[in-house]
Amino acid sequence: MILRTTPFHPRTAALSEGQAWRRWAGYVVASAYELSHDREYHSIRSAAALFDVSPLHKYMITGPDAARLLDRVVTRDVGKANVGQVLYTPWCDAGGKQLDDGTISVLGEHRYRLTSADPNLRWLHLNAAGLDVALEEVSERTAALSLQGPNARAILQVAAQRDLSGGALKYFHLTDAKIRGIPVTISRTGYTGDLGYEIWVDAAQALPLWDALIETGTPYGITPAGMLALDVARIEAGLLLIEVDYFSSRHALIEAQKSSPFELGLGWTVALGKEQFNGKAALVQEKQRGPAWQFTGLAVDWESLEQLYADVGLPPRLPTQAWRTSVPIYSGARQVGYATSGGWSPLLKQYIALAHLEAPFAVPGTAVEMEITVEHHRKRASARVTKLPFFNPDRKRV
Amino acid sequence: MAPPHTYDAIIIGGGHNGLVTAAYLARAGKKVLVLEKRPRVGGAAVTEEVFPGFKFTMFSYVVSLLRPEIIRDLDLPRHGLHVLPLESTVTPMENGDYLAAWGDHDETRRELYRHSPRDAEAYDEYGHLMHHMAHAVRPILGMVPPDPTSLDPRDLLGLLRLGRHFRGLGAERLHALVKLMTMSSADFLDEWFETDVLKATKSASGIIGTFLGPRSPGTAYVLLHHYMGELDGVFRAWGFAKGGTGAISEAIAAAARGFGAEIRCDSAVARVLVKGGRATGVALENGDELSARVVVSGLDPRRTFLELLDERDLPAELVADIRRFKFRGSSGKVNVALDALPSFTCMPGVGRHHRGAISISPSLAYVERAYDDAKYGEFSRRPYMDIVFPSMIDPGMAPPGKHVMSVFVQYAPYHLNGGWTDAKREAFGDAVIDTIEGFAPGLKSHILHRQVLTPADIERITGLSEGNIFQGELTLHQLFFLRPAPGFAKFRTPVRAYYQCGAGTHPGGGIMGASGRLAALAVLGDGA
Repeated sequence: MILRTTPFHPRTAALSEGQAWRRWAGYVVASAYELSHDREYHSIRSAAALFDVSPLHKYMITGPDAARLLDRVVTRDVGKANVGQVLYTPWCDAGGKQLDDGTISVLGEHRYRLTSADPNLRWLHLNAAGLDVALEEVSERTAALSLQGPNARAILQVAAQRDLSGGALKYFHLTDAKIRGIPVTISRTGYTGDLGYEIWVDAAQALPLWDALIETGTPYGITPAGMLALDVARIEAGLLLIEVDYFSSRHALIEAQKSSPFELGLGWTVALGKEQFNGKAALVQEKQRGPAWQFTGLAVDWESLEQLYADVGLPPRLPTQAWRTSVPIYSGARQVGYATSGGWSPLLKQYIALAHLEAPFAVPGTAVEMEITVEHHRKRASARVTKLPFFNPDRKRV
Repeated sequence: MAPPHTYDAIIIGGGHNGLVTAAYLARAGKKVLVLEKRPRVGGAAVTEEVFPGFKFTMFSYVVSLLRPEIIRDLDLPRHGLHVLPLESTVTPMENGDYLAAWGDHDETRRELYRHSPRDAEAYDEYGHLMHHMAHAVRPILGMVPPDPTSLDPRDLLGLLRLGRHFRGLGAERLHALVKLMTMSSADFLDEWFETDVLKATKSASGIIGTFLGPRSPGTAYVLLHHYMGELDGVFRAWGFAKGGTGAISEAIAAAARGFGAEIRCDSAVARVLVKGGRATGVALENGDELSARVVVSGLDPRRTFLELLDERDLPAELVADIRRFKFRGSSGKVNVALDALPSFTCMPGVGRHHRGAISISPSLAYVERAYDDAKYGEFSRRPYMDIVFPSMIDPGMAPPGKHVMSVFVQYAPYHLNGGWTDAKREAFGDAVIDTIEGFAPGLKSHILHRQVLTPADIERITGLSEGNIFQGELTLHQLFFLRPAPGFAKFRTPVRAYYQCGAGTHPGGGIMGASGRLAALAVLGDGA
């Protein structure tokens, strides 16, 4: 096999009913285990879904200057983070355009783990010049599972034999634990916008960990789930995806393909008070002048959609799988932006999309139109600009 | 001068339709009060923890055709509505084989092919036709039935639209529609299929809630309902509600409260107050009187007209019509708490079939024989059953590792020879469990608790007359402009300011909410 398989592959391969796999960072992971991803999706919102997220790039950053290095690279203030905290953060090039996004886990004093979508080892080395810091790629050595959904906590509490309530493990915090004797790190993070955890483990222990979670989780409805289900959930949660919703400035061929964190709705992650970091000068300026673009939600108006289909004698057809193509958004005759991800939300019973809009059109409530192809013809459906996230249950943070 | 009314509208009965009416009226800015006699809202759509840790969808157990416009208008997902997929149906056969319909088309086709290559092909054609028919009939669910005898321009317009609609179907589909309206489901299916167990399972959906058998004329029409659910397709108005059907009621109640409606439980209404041919409020059983500009009854036609009103306030023909209105509850419900899932002989062990429906309908003769018992006043010794394991779809319905089993049973006639007694109820429960045990040996050893509900119990607990789950049989002579009575199918009554919103009006039962919505629109249209 040219592509790599993850440490969980012996288990995930056995579950694959339709042999539907997706490429992710040079690995294959399940698109869906069952023939349809429907039930896998619902398990995220109703019980607990188990995802193999091992393909994430992972780097250990240690040493007295570890925080200094990270603070030079990313937009958030790493120096202020406490041990046990996890930070979601983008990072930028010198022009303030986004390179990548990921999480930083503060594992200990001078000990951090960075995850990213793209390889970043070279970038980290470049930025580490003159700093007392050790960099190590641990992508292959560390396997990771994501357990997401309202029952995720109950399952992990039984599996790890400890309290993981909101008081014991806060949102975006982590803890060391043992599951059936296997040392793991549990972080209260995920890509679904729901109550959920990610479990980090030595790759050699991946299979017993999987077995332990499945066994413990079965009475709670644990369901292995693939990327198709995850894609719907992350759109509901308003979480963006690199190379889909934005291009890394590293890969952009023209300036217009780049985006800044402010344009991507990530202004909250930009700590302009920090002394110095990549892209700061450009970001300070952009903040003053206000970003030209905004990343926002769109909810397609059902009546309008139904009418477009009724005109050709059909009931509405809706995308059950999330799409990831660029779709024009109009205001009157003018194109004012483009949607990059979208699909039917089975939970919200709404056709939703994530879109880049020119800032004046991005005010929540603004009426726009989205292009939609009905029986081979391009039509426009009414849509309304909606604040992100679409779905944000209390249990995520409580 | 009359004192000002306390409420714009009082809704009698907090079933799902009453709640829908309340929510729409409150949404329009009306001051609304819902009065429910039980300690919780929902009527027959309730989830109750009957046995500690085990939640039962006491009566109604699946969402069928909940109208998409209601889900949107009331923003029900934000109020907690989450419909989960219920994808398969497995029918165990008496020879140890089974027939399965899975969520995946190829898989279902292959399974049918095993029984009959011919039926495997016919199945797609049949599905295609039914899809078209359902598409044709569905708009009727959302329309106020026009009266064909009336010369009112609105009725004429409605009839004209309806006429155009049906002419637009074309000859082949119109013929099929007439067949569906008149034939028995068994006869209709005979025209398509040869596999007996397939016909038995499909025809069973035509008899639910009626006092008819699969060979009784007029049962074919209900086959369409299943396809109407599929039309909503990705919208998924068909399935199992997380938290059981009570969660649907709670979501609608939350929406109604969000719009400002007041909901009072433990408040049974004794009668509607009428002055000069106009409803002015209600009297509660505790003697309190509440005034309102409009009163809406969500109860069934018998109670709406004959119990809450004085017959002298009604035209004699209507009284006679309502007395003749057929309820004839024919189904019961057995809810079981289990310490482990039963293993079916045809599919041993625990599997995905436990996440779908198990239909006890091994042959047409079996289902018809079950009806034969009921025809002569007995419960079926070997009944038709629709079984689901809610805890396999929503694990929150039972403690971890334990399960609940919901068994819809037909037939259990309301008018049982000698009447229902505790002993008869238990004998009925035994017949149900014994029958399932025949297909799943060992079931009995897993039972922790069982709740048996006969039509008499359904009537006693929910108030539904004769325990009919649809507030009156869904048979052709009781549908559309005849539901509940000719001339009064438009949610209004002969008493001014008194309306009806329950499943006893068009378009009938199931957790659709359609009548509740249409009734609210009628109230608002009258400028109340």
